[in-house]
Amino acid sequence: MAAENRHMAFICSKGNLDMAYPALIMGWAALGNGVDVTIFFTFWGLDIINKKYMGKLKLPPVGIAGMRTGMMGFPVDFGIPQIVGVLPGMTEVATAIMRKKIAELDVPPVPEFIEMLMDAGAKLYACKMTVDMMGLSQEDFPEGVEIVTAGDFIDLTDGAQIIFI
Amino acid sequence: MITLKVNDRVLTLDEEGFLVNPADWSEEAAHLLAKSEGIELTERHWKVIRFAREYYETNGASPTLRQISKGAGVPTKELFSLFPKGPAKKVARIAGIPKPAGCV
Repeated sequence: MAAENRHMAFICSKGNLDMAYPALIMGWAALGNGVDVTIFFTFWGLDIINKKYMGKLKLPPVGIAGMRTGMMGFPVDFGIPQIVGVLPGMTEVATAIMRKKIAELDVPPVPEFIEMLMDAGAKLYACKMTVDMMGLSQEDFPEGVEIVTAGDFIDLTDGAQIIFI
Repeated sequence: MITLKVNDRVLTLDEEGFLVNPADWSEEAAHLLAKSEGIELTERHWKVIRFAREYYETNGASPTLRQISKGAGVPTKELFSLFPKGPAKKVARIAGIPKPAGCV
């Protein structure tokens, strides 16, 4: 075995439901394959590890070309007009559909996924500047999450493959 | 192509170390495969291996880590300490089943 283990670092900068899963799934796959994993949550991405919001991430349907009726189980596959997406309640509808799709694949909800990743040895960090900006503190995050500066993150990921989401 | 000698039989592994024919698997083979991963099998390892084999025999596909954890009742943390540095592939290799195709 090589002396230095492969290391992947994910930067999660967005907090919508569909932007949370890529890092969680790829990170989990990496851990399963014996790769070290670091995930840094910054700006809106901080919601993914914010105890108050991590279980309530949303999927606003506006501006997503892939949001078609076909994925909702309709026999005809057509795009949903953007104007429909802005109606009150549409974000909740889109979120509910996406959650159902995710659960059908036996993929866990975000809070459980975060716990799985930490149990599997992933290192999770919250961006200090965002934490300060949003008036958060250590208590807002699950146990094991560390608050670090951007400089710390750079040091912690020396030699890692970086993926920005 | 890699071969593994178990008693009088010679088993064939693919280039990633997975048993080519899952039916060739035996408990002795598991011990040797585990040894090549640096793992000494305990009863907890066997719980995982037996579940993985049963799952494969029933479903025709290898279980993912989450399916193993839930199905065998072995917590994620323990799974990663029983099969360190890459349990997804290690469990499948030792259980003599194909590389898992699921993502989670």
